[in-house]
This record gives sequence, C-alpha cells and structure tokens, in this order.
Amino acid sequence: MKKLTLPLSEETALSLHAGDSVLLSGTVYTARDCAHKRMFALLDENKELPFPYKNAIIYYAGPCPAPDGKACGSCGPTTSARMNVFAPRLLDAGLGGMIGKGEMSEETRNALQRNKRVYFAAIGGAGALYGNAIAKAECVAFPDLLSEAVYRLEITDFPVVVAHDAHGNTVYRS
Amino acid sequence: MKRISTQEISNCVYRLARKAGITLTPSCLNALQTAKAQETGATAFALDTLLENAQTAQNEQMPVCQDTGMSVVLVELGQEVTLTGAPLSEAVNDGVRRAYEDGYFRKSVCDPLTRVNTGDNTPAHLHTEIVAGDKVKITFLPKGFGSENMSRLYMLTPAEGKEGILRAIADTVKTAGSRPCPPVYVGVGIGGTFDGCALLAKKALTREVGSRNPRADVAEIEEEALKRINALSIGCQGFGGNTTAIGVSCEIAPTHIAGLPVAVNIQCHCVRCESEVIS
Repeated sequence: MKKLTLPLSEETALSLHAGDSVLLSGTVYTARDCAHKRMFALLDENKELPFPYKNAIIYYAGPCPAPDGKACGSCGPTTSARMNVFAPRLLDAGLGGMIGKGEMSEETRNALQRNKRVYFAAIGGAGALYGNAIAKAECVAFPDLLSEAVYRLEITDFPVVVAHDAHGNTVYRS
Repeated sequence: MKRISTQEISNCVYRLARKAGITLTPSCLNALQTAKAQETGATAFALDTLLENAQTAQNEQMPVCQDTGMSVVLVELGQEVTLTGAPLSEAVNDGVRRAYEDGYFRKSVCDPLTRVNTGDNTPAHLHTEIVAGDKVKITFLPKGFGSENMSRLYMLTPAEGKEGILRAIADTVKTAGSRPCPPVYVGVGIGGTFDGCALLAKKALTREVGSRNPRADVAEIEEEALKRINALSIGCQGFGGNTTAIGVSCEIAPTHIAGLPVAVNIQCHCVRCESEVIS
C-alpha cells in the first residue's frame, strides 16, 4: 500500500485518485464543530489562528483521554459533513486538506479541486486502531473544549482512503 | 419485598459501561465478518480495518470507537423490589461518571445551547419500567451521535400502511448516506405515540443483530426493509457494496386509530450493548 508523509506537495496531491488506499504519517490538527466556530470568529476579526494552518491537515476528530503509557486515547474520525460550512473558506485560505468520515458537499469538493487538495476518509468506528497509531498528542488551542479542543497529533501509518480527490472525483456512491 | 441497594445498581452500570465501551456485541462482529467476505476494493479495506480495530480495542482495552456515546440506560425494575440507598438516577449517573473516568472514555455530553461539556458524560438517558417480579434488569447502550443525528420520526397516515413504513425506513437510510458510519443497524418503532414510538426504536437496537420479531408480519417488514436498504448499495463507509445495513429490528405497539407513527433510529456498525440481571 502507498505510504505518504504529510504535508502533501501539490504534485503528490494530484497523483492521488478517489478510492486509493494509503497510509498517512506526519502532523495533523484535530478540530470539530466548536473549534471551527472559534477559528471562524478569529478569522472574522482578522486574528491569527492558533496553529499554522497553511498546508496543514485538519483531522475531524475528538479523542478519548490518553490512558497511562499512551500518547492518545481512541481517536477515529467524526462525520465531516457537519464541517461543510467551514471547509471551503479554510481551503481557500490555504488549508492543506482534511481527514474525516463520510461524503462532503459539492461546495467542499469544488474547493478541494480549485485548491488542488485532497479529502481523506479515515474508517469511522476504528477509534482504537487510530488512537494506537498516534505517537504524540498535544493540545494547542481551546483546552476548555476538552475533547473538542485542537490537538496536534503525530500520526504513523494511518489507514485512509482517498475520498474526494483533487480532480473532482469521489469514492462515494450517491 | 426484596431489597436491592442502588449502590449495587451503580456498580452494575459501571461494569456494563466499561465493557460496552470497548466491546462489539458478538452478533455485530459476526455480521461484519459476513459482510467482509462479500466485498472488494476500498469497501473490503474498510471492513478489514474495522475487524482489526475490534481486536485492537480488546487487546489494548481501549474504546472501540472514540465516540463512547450518550449513556442510554434501560432499567426494568421488578415491582417486588424495594430500592435502598441513593435515588436511582443518582446511582446510575454515579456508575456512568466512574466508568467514563476510569475507562478513559470520551465525555461527550454538553448543554445544547451553551455547548459547555458536563465533564463526566452525565446525565445518563434513563428509562425505567416497572415490571413483574423481584429482579432488576439493566441494559447499557452507549449511543454515538454520528448515527443518532441521522435518525427520523414519521407520523404516517393509516392509509400509508406497510408500504409507507418500508419507504420511511429506506428513505432514512438513503438520506443518511455515508454519514452515520454504515453498515448501519436500524432500530424501528412502529405505533404507540410520538415519544413512545422513538423509545420502541431505541429498544429495538438492544436486540441481537439478525434476530427476528416473534410476530410474523413484523419479521416480514424487518426482512423486506433489509433487502431494500442493501439494494441502495451505499456500502461500508459509503464506499459501495452489498452491505449497507447489518440488520433491521422492529418493535411494535398499538397506536391511535388516526395514526401510524414510525421511528427509525440509526445505529452505526459499532453495536455496543450490555445487560445484566440483579436478583
């Protein structure tokens, strides 16, 4: 299986096609509903986001607490469709792509194609396996949101499927 | 009268919650294995990943899914039982609080308006039913919301009948698409009132995947609905394939002459449900 290290170059992003299974390693940032709302409030005030989002990958996820001896608890993807209201603007601002689960909207797919970015589907429900593939987790913003805070994760060989590719194709049967 | 301490109930809730968070039910695991044998490509890859994940969760004693859910607790309280100690709801919440802390489970409950997290996954969603006998049966169902969000309640007309019920079930699953983590387990309530119908659907999800309602006409709806859902070809994670649902369970109750309520409660493929009888 193809192994990739994040962040992705434009060339690598363009080489991926919907339906490809790949193993991802590198840095991702978790963010879900509440964290996105706060990030948008910052953007609206022309303030900096609390993490370097340009070229970075957002993982739509909210982990379980880390047990002793582990960097992170279970940490599978959450439903990406709820973030359709946020994704296009972030992609246009330079976000490097997303990992989540389930199909995203036409607006998001167009933004991916326009910016030559990829949306990966992690396998929803495989929280233990993904949690176990996280070598390091650090809260970088909004700690009061608990599991919904932004965490920087170092991931190793995350099994994902190219869901919406940079060419406008999708793995989903609608 | 038989006396049972609510501390015992709290400890029971604790045990059930700890186990449910990391364990798929055997009937769910079987269904996923069966599904895997029929798929190829990205869909087979997804099912393989899920089966490996179930094993990882057991080996590492980690939550099988990070969405350890809202805690739905069904208590069937024998009417010959006198409960002693703290009030029942406090005891149940105490069991949930301890289990989610000790199990390193995610606390996923918040105020609906302020979105401030309660911090300990309480309150549990507790349903208490007084039944005959001198035992207490407790069922613990951690309910994830990726799938709960895709659930629907229909107030059909009597004229819509069986066909209307089948259409409501298939439409709910079709609209949900890839979002609720298919292959899904579909709990259906038929009849009762607006609220009672939704509870029937939830109770249907506590049945074993693949079990059939003892009433032949209801079992027929379960089978026909499953066929129609799988003909949608949404497949595991929405990647296409033969298994969009691993099962459909229907529960039925008498309703008003003017109505036909149908509740469709979607459960993701992580079917987690544990129960125990205290006697």
